[in-house]
Amino acid sequence: MAKPKSAYSIPGKQGKLGTHIIVVWVDNEAGVLARVVGLFSGRGYNIESLAVAEIDPKLNISRITIVTTGTPQVIDQIKLQLKKLVPVHKVADFKREDKNVIFKEMALFKVVGNNSKKQKALKACKKYNPVILDKTNKSYVIQITALRREIDIMSKNLKKFGLVSVSRTGAVAMTRGSEIFK
Amino acid sequence: MSKLYSGAEIVFKCLEDQEVEFVFGYPGGAVLPIYDELKNFNFIKHILVRHEQGAGHAAEGYARSSGKPGVVFVTSGPGATNVVTALTDAFMDSVPLVCISGQVPTHLIGTDAFQECDTTGITRPCTKHNWLVKNIKDLSKTIHKAFEVATTGRPGPVLVDIPKDVQFQKTSYTKFKKQKKINGKIHNQFSQKDIDELIKLMNKASKPIFYTGGGVINSGPKASELLRELVNTTGFPITTTLQGLGSYPGEDGQFLGMLGMHGSYEANNAMHDCDLMINIGARFDDRITGKIDEFSPKSKKVHIDIDPSSINKNVKVDLPIIGDVAEVITSTIKTIKKVKPNFAKSNKQKISKWWEKIQKWRSVNSFDFVNSTETIKPQYAVQRLYELTKNKDTYITTEVGQHQMWAAQHYKFDKPNRWMTSGGLGTMGYGLPAAVGVQVAHPNKLVIDIAGEASVLMTMQEMSTAVQYSLPIKIFILNNEYMGMVRQWQELLHDKNYSESYTAALPDFVKLAEAYGCVGIRAKTPEELDDKIIEMINTDRPVIFDCMVDKQENCFPMIPSGKPHNQMLLGEKDQKETKITKKGKTLV
Repeated sequence: MAKPKSAYSIPGKQGKLGTHIIVVWVDNEAGVLARVVGLFSGRGYNIESLAVAEIDPKLNISRITIVTTGTPQVIDQIKLQLKKLVPVHKVADFKREDKNVIFKEMALFKVVGNNSKKQKALKACKKYNPVILDKTNKSYVIQITALRREIDIMSKNLKKFGLVSVSRTGAVAMTRGSEIFK
Repeated sequence: MSKLYSGAEIVFKCLEDQEVEFVFGYPGGAVLPIYDELKNFNFIKHILVRHEQGAGHAAEGYARSSGKPGVVFVTSGPGATNVVTALTDAFMDSVPLVCISGQVPTHLIGTDAFQECDTTGITRPCTKHNWLVKNIKDLSKTIHKAFEVATTGRPGPVLVDIPKDVQFQKTSYTKFKKQKKINGKIHNQFSQKDIDELIKLMNKASKPIFYTGGGVINSGPKASELLRELVNTTGFPITTTLQGLGSYPGEDGQFLGMLGMHGSYEANNAMHDCDLMINIGARFDDRITGKIDEFSPKSKKVHIDIDPSSINKNVKVDLPIIGDVAEVITSTIKTIKKVKPNFAKSNKQKISKWWEKIQKWRSVNSFDFVNSTETIKPQYAVQRLYELTKNKDTYITTEVGQHQMWAAQHYKFDKPNRWMTSGGLGTMGYGLPAAVGVQVAHPNKLVIDIAGEASVLMTMQEMSTAVQYSLPIKIFILNNEYMGMVRQWQELLHDKNYSESYTAALPDFVKLAEAYGCVGIRAKTPEELDDKIIEMINTDRPVIFDCMVDKQENCFPMIPSGKPHNQMLLGEKDQKETKITKKGKTLV
C-alpha cells in the first residue's frame, strides 16, 4: 500500500495480546445481544466465540460468554464499555490461562463410514466425554465437550474416519469451588 | 378505575412530570397522534424546525446552554435517519437529549412498510440507550427511564421509538415523582484516600498543570465556581479543552488558553513539560494529545472523570478518580483547607520557576497574526466581535472549521454554558440550529453563531425557524469562499492541490437574509467592521452577517497530528524559521 498523505496519527506501541473470556449478565430483552456484539464490532474488538442463553427465566437474565483477544488496555476498555450498557448487570473477565476457571465448548461430529471407521472415530474422542446421540448403519453423531483447541484437533483428526459435518458452540465458563462471581 | 390515557397523551404526561417546556420537532405520519395531542398540553411549546437534523442540534443548543435535557420529536423513517447526525454529535459531546420517534404500527414492523426503518437498530451505536415500546403498559416507565439515562452519569442522547398503534392505545398513568438529582451519588466511586493521594502529588509537584474539559461544564455551574476556587487556592496554571472553555475565566492570569491542535503555545508546551497533570473532566482526545507515545512524557497523570471507561482509554494515568467533578473538587478543596490552609503561598516558591518558563512561552504570543488595513483578517473580526459584545452576557455557537478555532482562540469566555460547539463529531452545520435552541432557552440574551460560509449552508434552512419564532439569532459568517480548514490542510500537506475546497457559486448572503425575512449585513473592510457589528447587535431580529475576510488566512498555531505538543507550527510571523519536513507532512 502506498504511504498515505495524511493520517490522523501513527499508531503507538502495542501491548501484548492475551485471550480472555468475558462473561456478561444481561436483561434478556430485545436487542440486547445486538448491543453487546455491536459494541465489539463498532469499537474494533475481536470476538472469537460467543455463547448466549437465558439462565434465569424468573429474573429474565441471560448470560453471554465471549472469548476475545486484546491488549490489557483493550480488555479493560471492553469491560468498562460493557458495564455502561443499560441492560448489563455485571461483567466478569477470566484469562484463558486461569486455573480457577473451567472453560468448555461442545461439538457435534457426524461420521459416515463402515463400522470400523465409526469405532475408530469414537475411540479417538475417548478423552472428551463422547456421547453417541444418533446412530445408523452408516453413521454416528458424536457429542464431545472439550477445550477449543482440542476440538480444533479432533475435527482435523476425525477427517480420516469419515467426518462429514461439524457443529460447535462457543465456550462457556464457570469458576471452580464454592465461590460465585459477584 | 383510574382514567385511561392514550399513548400520545402519556408522552405529554411524562414530559409534564419531567418539567419539559420546549420540544423541537417535525411532524409526519407516524407521529401524528402525538402532534394531535399537542393542543391539549399548553405547558409545552413546540418549535417547528425545517429539517430533523436542525431539531437535534437546536435541542443540543438548548441543553448545553440551559443544563436541561433537550427533547426532540421526529417521525419514522427519514425523520429518524435525519436526526442521526445530531444524536451522534450529542453522544460525542455528552449532551443530554431525549428523542421521541414515531414508528410504523407494530403489525407492520419488519414488512418494509412506508417510511419504516429500523430506528432502534440505526441509533443503537449513537445513543446511550434506546427503546422500542411495543406495549402501551411500558410507555410511561420507558420515557421516565429515558430521561434518567440521558441526564445521569456522563450525559448523552437516548431515543424512544413508539409505534403508531401504541400511540392510540389506552392505559392508566400514575404520576411520576422526579427524584432529586442523583447524578453524583451513584457515580462517585472515589474515596478520601484518592483525594489524599491527589493532594500528596500536588504538594510534590514543581511543574503542575490543570487540564480541564467539558465534564466541568456538564457537572453544572457550581463545578465551574469550585474549579476557580481550586485553581486559585493552588496557584497552578490551567488550560482547558475546546469544550471546557468558559469553565475558567478566559482573561485570568492563571489561564493559559485552550490546548490541543490549535491551542496556545504556552498551554501545549506546559502540557508537554509538566510533572503533574490533573485532568478534570476531559478525555485525552486525539486532537488534544497529538502523538500518544510522546504525550507529556515526564508527568504523573491524574484523571478525574464520571465515566470509568474514559480512564486509561487513550492515555494511561497514575491516579484515576471516578466521580462527579463538582463532588471531587469539593472534597479536594476541603482537604486542602484542612491539611494546608495556605497552600498557594507555601507552594509559590516551588512553582515560581515553572511560571517563569510559562511566561517565556506566553511571550511568543502564539495567537498573534499579521493584521491588515485592506482586508478583514478573520482573527481580527472575532477579536472585534468579542470586544463589542463582552459586556453583554453573550452566547456563542459555532460551526466547524477554521472559524471555530479562531472563535475558540480569540473569543474569551467568563462563564460556563456560553460556548456551544461541535467538538467530538465536528459537525458542519451545527451552529445555526444550535443558536436557535440557545435563543429559545435565553430569549433575551445575545446569541451569535460564529460561522463559516460552507458550514452554515448545510443547515441554512433553519433561518426560517428563527424568523417564525422571532428568535433574533446573529449568524456571523467569516466568509472566505473556501472550506478553510480543508484548504489549509491541502496547502500545508497536499502540495497546494486545492481539490474541491473552493465554492465557486455562493449565494448572496444579504439577499438570502432578506429572502428569509431577516436582516442581511455585509462588511468588506476593517474600517467599517465595528459599525456593522454594532448595527448587528442593535438589530432586534435575526441577522445574517456576511463578513468578507482574507481568503488565504491559515489557522495557527497548529500541532500537525502525529507530532507531540512541543513541536508546534507557529503563525506567519515565525514561518521563516520553521519549515515542515517532508516526513512531518505525511504524519498529519
